[in-house]
Amino acid sequence: MGNTSSMLTQYDIEEVQSHCQDLFEQQEILLSLYQRFCQLDRNFAMNPLSLRLLKMVDGLNFKDFVAFLSAFSAKASLKQKVKLIFQVYDSDCNGKVSFKDIIEVLRDLSGSFMSDEQREQVLSQVLNEAGYTNDSFLTLEDFIKVFGSCKPEMDVEIPVD
Amino acid sequence: MSSTAGKLVTSRSELNIEDYLPSGSSIHEPRGKLRLIDLIDISPTLTEAAGAIVDDSFTRCFKSNPPEPWNWNIYLFPLWCFGVVVRYCILFPLRCLTLAFGWFIFLSTFIPVHSLLKGQDKLRKNIERVLVEMICSFFVGSWTGVVKYHGPRPSIRPKQVYVANHTSMIDFIVLEQMTAFAVIMQKHPGWVGLLQSTILESVGCIWFNRSEAKDREIVARKLRDHVQGADNNPLLIFPEGTCVNNNYTVMFKKGAFELGCTVCPIAIKYNKIFVDAFWNSRKQSFTMHLLQLMTSWAVVCEVWYLEPQTIRPGETAIEFAERVRDMISLRAGLKKVPWDGYLKYSRPSSKHSERKQQSFAESLLARLEEK
Repeated sequence: MGNTSSMLTQYDIEEVQSHCQDLFEQQEILLSLYQRFCQLDRNFAMNPLSLRLLKMVDGLNFKDFVAFLSAFSAKASLKQKVKLIFQVYDSDCNGKVSFKDIIEVLRDLSGSFMSDEQREQVLSQVLNEAGYTNDSFLTLEDFIKVFGSCKPEMDVEIPVD
Repeated sequence: MSSTAGKLVTSRSELNIEDYLPSGSSIHEPRGKLRLIDLIDISPTLTEAAGAIVDDSFTRCFKSNPPEPWNWNIYLFPLWCFGVVVRYCILFPLRCLTLAFGWFIFLSTFIPVHSLLKGQDKLRKNIERVLVEMICSFFVGSWTGVVKYHGPRPSIRPKQVYVANHTSMIDFIVLEQMTAFAVIMQKHPGWVGLLQSTILESVGCIWFNRSEAKDREIVARKLRDHVQGADNNPLLIFPEGTCVNNNYTVMFKKGAFELGCTVCPIAIKYNKIFVDAFWNSRKQSFTMHLLQLMTSWAVVCEVWYLEPQTIRPGETAIEFAERVRDMISLRAGLKKVPWDGYLKYSRPSSKHSERKQQSFAESLLARLEEK
């Protein structure tokens, strides 16, 4: 339809496409995303992880916004998808995910329906079984190892008006 | 009202079986010992959150896309102006006259029949049925409605309920001109409310009030009573609960599907060629909406009466509702979205998020028990 698309030039589109490694190739998809980028309601939390994700895209310019979302493209590789999941856990961006980081995400996911003790108990148990301790720091390689060959189902379809 | 607003439609094919199951049960749910990957793999929730970021599919259902202007041309514009003159100055008065005439015939027959034939219920009902069908035909004529009906016409039988997708209040009129349905509606103020309480009472209508919490049980009981009665007109329900813009269908409320009777789906699709029949109740009053229809060339729509369905053994009411929604969406070419139409009226509360947290926590704890 092309309502606000006049804001972006062809040069901008190409720059964004290369920045996200062509994972979003179609021009219409980028135009649709741009409209959405401009109107994003930053307080809308329909989902336990919405606010966390919104915080991660907050302050990004459009190019980085698309690069961030490119992990949700159907063409993204397992490594790219796991990397995004890693970034969600690694809230302080130091390249390492600690026990505390995982607990925080667990807290978002389970809310008031689990106590802190229960969360710590569950996490300790699975960490130990996987060969880690409560004091281990997980890196991106560890995450990729944990996922193994099962690619997470993380595809988002961007509707084109 | 709990809605299975589970996952957003992902880019995999529309026939994702998990969309059909009530949230909480998943055929891919691995049973057995909890592993680290089960905890760390937040991809479903993350995908849904990302889906909400890239697209506000909820608002999309209630947006009416304005048609692209085509008349900005040197010879098309005068033609269009001429069309406007014809529509407003010739067609509109003619239509008003026809409508007034129809009302006159209706009222002059309905009022005497209603009061004089008090004793002979069956005869009175039959005549009133015919009269209501007639006045609806007049209404449809007043917007030059071109309606094509497909499929076998509804018959009056007990233990059956009709469901249809909802675009505007005129859906009811379009369907009513063919068969005098009893309908369940939100009580409106103004002249519409007056019509509702006088004429629609005669075909047997049930009222509800969205804002009342206890209302649901009362209405459920009334529905059940109505369906049992052999003489009552067939009941028409719009399970979406609100008007949607005829490109999408929102979640069906399960009320119509747990009455223990046959459900006959009806699909309605409007052709936007002359006018968009979507009634955006937040932007327009019904009167303005009617005026818009009466000053356009025509209202074109198609109605399909689909095969009656019964609930399958082992199927829940929600699954049954989704199955019927698929039939209707497929027939009318509408896209399905997993939203609850009532979110249009109330701010989405943290309840949705909390419900997800609850199901996550419960499944985690349950699997912890299994050693």
